[in-house]
Amino acid sequence: MENLSILLPEIFLSLAIFVTLLIGVFFKDSYNLVTKIIYAIIVILILIIFNTFTESFDLFSNSYISNSYTNFFKILILISALFTLIITQAYIREKNINYFEYSLVLLLSILGMFIMISSNDLILFYLGLELQSLSLYILAALDRDNLKSNESGLKYFVLSALASGLLLYGCSLLYGFTGSTNFEQINLNAGLENTGAIFAMVFILVGLAFKVSAVPFHMWTPDVYEGSPTSVTSFFAVVPKITGIAVIIRFMQIPFAQLVDHWQPILVFISLASMILGAVAAIGQTNIKRLVAYSSIGHIGYALAGVATGTINGYNSSIVYISIYVIMNLAIFACIFLMQKEGKYCENLDDLSGISSKHPFLSISLLIILFSLAGIPPLAGFFAKFYVFMSVVESKMYVLAIIGLLSTVISAFYYLRIIKIIYFDELKKPFDSTKNIGVYFTLSLSCLILISFFIYPSFLNNIVETLLIN
Amino acid sequence: MDFPILSLITILPLVGAIFIFIFDNNQSENKNTIYVSLFTSFVNFFLALFLWYSFDKNTADFQFIEEANWINGFIRFKFGIDGISILFIVLTAFITPICIISCISSIKKRLKEFLIAILVLETFMIGVFCSLDLVIFYLFFEAGLIPMFLIIGIWGGPKRVYAAFKFFLFTLLGSVLMLVAIISIYWITGTTDVVQIYEIKIPVEFQYLLWLAFFSSFAVKMPMWPVHTWLPDAHVEAPTAGSVILAAILLKMAGYGFLRFSIGMFPIASEYFIPLIYTLSIIAIIYTSLVALMQEDMKKLIAYSSVAHMGFVTLGIFTFTKQGIEGSIFQMLSHGIISAALFLCVGVLYDRVHSRLINSYGGIVNILPKYAFVFAIFMLGSLGLPGTSGFIGEILVLLGTFQKSFLAAILASIGIILGAAYMLWLYKRVVFGKLEKKELLELKDLNYSETVILFSLAILTLVFGFYPNLILDTIHVSVDNLISDYQNSLILNLLK
Repeated sequence: MENLSILLPEIFLSLAIFVTLLIGVFFKDSYNLVTKIIYAIIVILILIIFNTFTESFDLFSNSYISNSYTNFFKILILISALFTLIITQAYIREKNINYFEYSLVLLLSILGMFIMISSNDLILFYLGLELQSLSLYILAALDRDNLKSNESGLKYFVLSALASGLLLYGCSLLYGFTGSTNFEQINLNAGLENTGAIFAMVFILVGLAFKVSAVPFHMWTPDVYEGSPTSVTSFFAVVPKITGIAVIIRFMQIPFAQLVDHWQPILVFISLASMILGAVAAIGQTNIKRLVAYSSIGHIGYALAGVATGTINGYNSSIVYISIYVIMNLAIFACIFLMQKEGKYCENLDDLSGISSKHPFLSISLLIILFSLAGIPPLAGFFAKFYVFMSVVESKMYVLAIIGLLSTVISAFYYLRIIKIIYFDELKKPFDSTKNIGVYFTLSLSCLILISFFIYPSFLNNIVETLLIN
Repeated sequence: MDFPILSLITILPLVGAIFIFIFDNNQSENKNTIYVSLFTSFVNFFLALFLWYSFDKNTADFQFIEEANWINGFIRFKFGIDGISILFIVLTAFITPICIISCISSIKKRLKEFLIAILVLETFMIGVFCSLDLVIFYLFFEAGLIPMFLIIGIWGGPKRVYAAFKFFLFTLLGSVLMLVAIISIYWITGTTDVVQIYEIKIPVEFQYLLWLAFFSSFAVKMPMWPVHTWLPDAHVEAPTAGSVILAAILLKMAGYGFLRFSIGMFPIASEYFIPLIYTLSIIAIIYTSLVALMQEDMKKLIAYSSVAHMGFVTLGIFTFTKQGIEGSIFQMLSHGIISAALFLCVGVLYDRVHSRLINSYGGIVNILPKYAFVFAIFMLGSLGLPGTSGFIGEILVLLGTFQKSFLAAILASIGIILGAAYMLWLYKRVVFGKLEKKELLELKDLNYSETVILFSLAILTLVFGFYPNLILDTIHVSVDNLISDYQNSLILNLLK
């Protein structure tokens, strides 16, 4: 009998989803109730995982693992999902998309992510991936009366299904050429002479790159970000990215460890292309959600640069990068939820013009977030980039480092443009003053972290460094 | 000394800024804000003076060292000063209160935010001069962009957006290369502590590229020809206080950087690139002086003259002679005072007439005698008249240059003549002549605060001109040490 208590988080999560689903169906207007229950579920989950943080196990003939690495990412996912829920509440109610299914589907996707991260087996991994993706398709099309939301859901579905197909093809190839679906077995058999495994690696990498929206598999991102309800976009921009990076690192570290010479140039290319495209394409955007989409493409490029080094330091720096990225993105979405004029949510950059005189708090927060996204010291975004480039230079990948840093200069341009709109332009029309405590709380907390990160910058490193040792 | 006076002096303006940010919510009444900012900046100035007083001039070692663990296993937080940096700290602490006084009357909107920006900027600037760790240095060096960007962009002139963007992106572009170099240095030597790097000595084959990476950052900041084009734009569009800080302190970071980092860490590459620096400096001196001659905007003229003066600084630093380097440092400090004063002088006229064009003035000596008097002192200081601080800097630099390159010295001397030409011509067109423009007749002479600021700067210009040892005493030992370290590394390299 396997020790099922290791699976406690996943079991608890699935049971909780079923129970909450029943509650949601049986009570009328159950949105508020369900949301409260889900807050509680998330908090309990965090505690459960935290309790067994450093213990490492494997289950079901080594097809499912749980160690501090997976636990770190699970907690990161839960925390960011919690804050996403908190900041989206007001928006969901005002947009009348307060279906209780929203939070439930969101939890379901988290379950999928848990399985993805913990899986040590291709089949299990694929199951988790599909569970996550199907939930995300539903979320994208959640605003079912809105044409754009439907469009984005469909677009995401078609393209993502294609990517999943490629990934599945890669998995089957890998099984065929290595004779196993277990990661560690694959690692033993996928040597440099195994051309089929290299082939399979490329397919799997394509599928994963699609999920984190890295160039050249990024085309869906701006449309889906723009079309989906902002509440869903804020989830898309944060949580699946964490999973994506976690999974990519796992794949590169275990099944493909021997193929490092083959996947390294691919990742370097993907990373460089993402940085450059993210920086250049964002310049012309006028919609803030599209801009965030391109900026997130660029940031994934930096995170992948750390992975591309193929060293433990590089992986660690990617993990730090993605953690700081999560904070910055939650904060910028919190700001987007405050952009409200006469009861309507605005998405255009022009709507921000000159708001600094009327909304000092929002403007100074945006200032901090944008400079941090641009990677200007002493804000947290600088340290994220600093660690990544530290490991990149350590691996002597100078071209990646120099082009990467030059693209931060280009991307600084469009971040500065937003600051220019906020601070230098004349006020057109102030926003409504809202008393949205959840959003303000998230915003102030994340800005505080971004500013004060420099006082003790090794805080995150100390945690992350312990993850990959075992 | 155990008391962390350097940290205190760095952090104090920031504390003042936070204090203003949190406690002052009164939009209409700015008195408290002004008092708080004046108080913090003056306290900081006196702390800086105290630091200078208790500084030991007879040792080349770093003093007041503070160390702490910062990024585990990687980088230690390290502060410390020597004879070169102490004076820049004093200069920063001196210029900031002057800026605050000058902006009280000239900044009409959002004074509170402006003062916060200035105080935050002061923290970053002092941090640059205190830090003895490359990463910490980079942190402060880059962080200074944020407040300066806002100062130009929010309170600037009509083309402020263009100027602010140009300023930010130019500087950032130069600096990211320096970041790559800093990270490379870490992986080559295993530390980013400057003092340790001095001892470890970076292998020669790496020095050239690393030197170029640092150069790209400092050349933009300095600014050297041909990447100087952001400076005139930034100066013209920035508010007076912004121009003053930009000219007086931000530009000096680059010169300080050359001294502290380029020469100290890459002596062989520094020697190798002397022809490059000389060429660029000479072009800067002559070309920008000629450009300055043709300017119609007073601020632009002074901005170009700054580029020319900075050309002297780079020229002097890379002579590696005692006179040259001391002259450069002196020139930087004196330029800090004189250019600040010149921008303030332009600001005085701009506040009254709202024009910076030279031809909208003329004959103002008849109505603004006090103003004409101090302006004359600064004008003469800028062109290097004996008796002013400008003279000492230039003569020392030329003395140093003559030992190294006769041609460079001759060409640089031509720059001095051109400098005299454009400054005198500016003065003639603005101050002398007949008072023909009607709108000028109503002008009032310097008010109380302007008088205090400008006269104190004028007195300093003359004092340093007549008694340069006040400054030179402090830097002698450190400069000697710098040069002997440099020569030792060259000899060691030859012996290999």
